[in-house]
Amino acid sequence: MSNVRKPYDLSEIKIPRGEIHLIKDRCKGCGFCVEYCPNNVLEVSDEFSEKGYHPPVVANPERCLNCGLCEIVCPEFAIWSTLKEEVEASIEG
Amino acid sequence: MAMAEKGKVEEKHPMEQLLRMDRMPHIWCPGCGIGISVTAFVSALKKLEFDLNKMCVVSGIGCTGRVAGYIKLDSFHTTHGRAIPFATGIKMANPDLKVVVFSGDGDLVSIGGNHFIHAARRNIDITVILVNNFIYAMTGGQVAPTTPETAYTTTSPFGNFETPANIPQLAEAAGAVYVARWTALHVRRLEKSIVEAINKPGFSLVEIVAPCSMYYSRINRLGAGIDMMRFYHENSIIKHDEPTENLAVGYQKQIIVGKFIDRERPGFIESNRRWSAEAKG
Ligand SMILES: Cc1ncc(C[n+]2csc(CCOP(=O)(O)OP(=O)(O)O)c2C)c(N)n1
Ligand code: SF4
Ligand code: SF4
Ligand code: SF4
Ligand SMILES: [Mg+2]
Repeated sequence: MSNVRKPYDLSEIKIPRGEIHLIKDRCKGCGFCVEYCPNNVLEVSDEFSEKGYHPPVVANPERCLNCGLCEIVCPEFAIWSTLKEEVEASIEG
Repeated sequence: MAMAEKGKVEEKHPMEQLLRMDRMPHIWCPGCGIGISVTAFVSALKKLEFDLNKMCVVSGIGCTGRVAGYIKLDSFHTTHGRAIPFATGIKMANPDLKVVVFSGDGDLVSIGGNHFIHAARRNIDITVILVNNFIYAMTGGQVAPTTPETAYTTTSPFGNFETPANIPQLAEAAGAVYVARWTALHVRRLEKSIVEAINKPGFSLVEIVAPCSMYYSRINRLGAGIDMMRFYHENSIIKHDEPTENLAVGYQKQIIVGKFIDRERPGFIESNRRWSAEAKG
């Protein structure tokens, strides 16, 4: 911690927080969103959907950065995120 | 988390405005690479700075050929192999339109191979998005002119002995002005290439190497779609400007991706106009 230099504009850096939306019945359980979310927000759930697939479950919602990758990798248009808030950055992460 | 209950889907996915949701769910199998090619395309459309009412999407026949039917723009589902001739006609009749052909490897370089060559030669201003899954998927996974050597298909049960088409090299030799290749994994770079290709006047080609998780990967025991995506992750290498003669795809070998060609040539419509103005004196 002591060897981390505090950026002079730290108070201006805003970190987006996303809210995840999932339409479970559209999911075909390909696992792309779980694999490619850069912040390990999603996990494969044990639960079966109506169609018999394992949809993702939002295991770590607070880690979502609203990067939009799950939206673009989902072939079923089943998952996406929206901006919930922007929080101030802190060097403690 | 906002979770929609069955039967009362109030939430709207951000791509729905450009999709024909009344036709969903689409036909593509779990882990198929066509869906992700479509999300990259729809994302690219949102980044374009022109009126999407002036865009027309044309597909041929095949699993990929279904794309035109799912995009909520003017679209045309044509006969097998003939997406490019239809697109040429649309562009000639109304040069103000942006015309995008979205179809499969079999449709575009097998039965439609001659149209592909001559559209590139003429440098007609259309963009071709070609999903290369190395197989005729829709009809049951038959060998195609794009099937890598030694790969199994339902009609090459002892492995394919033919040399597959090198699509970027074919496009360059015929005269395409923009040629890029990505895999379904490179979704952001793919999106950027689609934007560039659509904005480029002349014949542009974006090849997408994508999993057919139903036939190609099953017959060759390559796992599910996600396993093929992991293979692309470990085995693709970005080499912009790589000479296209080096871009042949081998069976489960390294895949070179990137933008290979970005050049200028006189376009078909401009040449036609100049010629007719001169001929009329
Ligand atoms: C004139 C004609 N010949 C053959 C067919 C049968 N057919 C339908 S789709 C297809 C191949 C499609 O392959 P590709 O373009 O690679 O699409 P994919 O299904 O792999 O996405 C064939 C041969 C046809 N519909 N019409
Ligand atoms: S928006 Fe990004 S960080 Fe949030 S769940 Fe999707 S992929 Fe993960
Ligand atoms: S990417 Fe889409 S279809 Fe695939 S597991 Fe995630 S939500 Fe389901
Ligand atoms: S058969 Fe292959 S290409 Fe066709 S939808 Fe299924 S996985 Fe995709
Ligand atoms: Mg194919």
